[in-house]
Amino acid sequence: MTAAVGRRTAAAPRILATALAAATLVVAGCTATTEPTPTGTGDALAGSITVFAAASLTTTFEQLADAFEAEHPGTEITFSFAGSSDLVAQLIEGAPGDVLASANEATMDQLVAADLADGAPTVFATNSLEIAVPPGNPAGVTDFASLADPELQLVVCADAVPCGAATAAIEAATGVTLAPVSEENAVTDVLGKVASGEADAGLVYGTDVLAAAGAVDGIAFPESAEAVNRYPIVRVVGSGNAALADAFIAFVLGAKGVAALESAGFGGP
Amino acid sequence: MTTTGGTVRAGSAAAPGAGAPRWVIVAAAIGMAFILLPVIAMAGRVDWSDFGALITSSSSLAALGLSLRTATVSALLCVVLGVPMALWFARSRSRLVGILRTAVLLPLVLPPVVGGIALLAAFGRRGLLGPALESAGIQIAFTTTAVVLAQTFVAMPFLVLSVEGAMRTMGDRPAAIAASLGAGPTTVLRRVTLPALAPAIVAGAVLAFARALGEFGATLAFAGSLEGVTRTLPLEIYLQRESDPASAVALSMLLVVVAVVVMAGTGFARRRG
Repeated sequence: MTAAVGRRTAAAPRILATALAAATLVVAGCTATTEPTPTGTGDALAGSITVFAAASLTTTFEQLADAFEAEHPGTEITFSFAGSSDLVAQLIEGAPGDVLASANEATMDQLVAADLADGAPTVFATNSLEIAVPPGNPAGVTDFASLADPELQLVVCADAVPCGAATAAIEAATGVTLAPVSEENAVTDVLGKVASGEADAGLVYGTDVLAAAGAVDGIAFPESAEAVNRYPIVRVVGSGNAALADAFIAFVLGAKGVAALESAGFGGP
Repeated sequence: MTTTGGTVRAGSAAAPGAGAPRWVIVAAAIGMAFILLPVIAMAGRVDWSDFGALITSSSSLAALGLSLRTATVSALLCVVLGVPMALWFARSRSRLVGILRTAVLLPLVLPPVVGGIALLAAFGRRGLLGPALESAGIQIAFTTTAVVLAQTFVAMPFLVLSVEGAMRTMGDRPAAIAASLGAGPTTVLRRVTLPALAPAIVAGAVLAFARALGEFGATLAFAGSLEGVTRTLPLEIYLQRESDPASAVALSMLLVVVAVVVMAGTGFARRRG
């Protein structure tokens, strides 16, 4: 549901991507010879990379890419945003990605297990759950324990997806047993059902509440510390532009990356 | 293809140019490969030694049972609500009915998730009928009823088209003759029209069943996903992909088998019709 870019597993798109990259290099080369960069930053960064990033990073990473490209003219960062497990599955199937930024360590571990992580992944952000309720909180939800009310129309993520795993971890740690009316595949589906008023409450990430911009109200709860999702980032083995991939990762880990992630509601690593 | 025609009758396709040109057959073969290759490739990925265990896990069985139950109810609902529509559409020459007909067939071309959003707007808690349903104590969202509504919504056009087509082929004559012999409209419908349409109704119901079985987008958007309540086989497959791709592939194969059985059933109904 959240896949922003189609799967690119076949050979033909890869050839196309290579051709495009080559064309970009040629264009970049021409620009360099005819018009020397006046700023003279002195870096040799050029060309393009594709970053596979968890859907929850969409807004933040797009902003960061704009800032990065402005600092390094001649570079281009393109994205494939989707659920983390989809992204890892695509990379394992041979999709051409240079960087993976996933929403939890379990999915990153799959990439490492497939010998596709170039170096050790670095955690760059964290995210924890909040209770989302329709504006005005019609069902009067107060805290995590109040979600166990059997009359409440509660929607959560299924155990198999990261937000659901976090929900289950909090249930186990607190001893509160939830009886959701639906276990969704994606955090965006939970958010949609709360925003539309179908559900009285849902468990989503703090960043989702911020991104929903008023469509839902958020209720933070201390028990969320029991299940903090850590977002790792790594260069993918076989990247055609390792220097650019490393530079972008460094940018995300740097001051500008930290600031952008913080303003989107992410926690520090 | 005409050369080996030992059974070619005199005066029919005996001329050498009458068969399909070779390039058509080549194009047809490419078309067939395009459809069949992915299915065969998927079959190649099934862990057959584990197939039985994968498709008989409790969550798989719950999803399969729910899918078969809801698709059956939806197909019956399509017959009950769709046959009258088909009869009306086939008989009427009014332009208004033509416009209504197009609108009713809309779910054929709408992405199912749009159907789900539309159903929410009508039957959701904050939808058009939401307050009335709530005061009557009826809750639809997150129930099996919502699954059936979503499936019926997307499957109905298949039944309507199937029955309406048969009705147009049959024409008005049988009904007119029965009426001229003194039968009232209900008797004509019961004794002449419906029996003649029976094969088309069965074929349409089977198609509607198959479409309901595969319903995903509208269910996800409208009904939610809970084991045994709203998580049908396609939703279970989508969820299993997250954690257990082998199981997702096995369940996909199961759905292919069910679909093939259903299609064979349709072929059966067609031949009899």
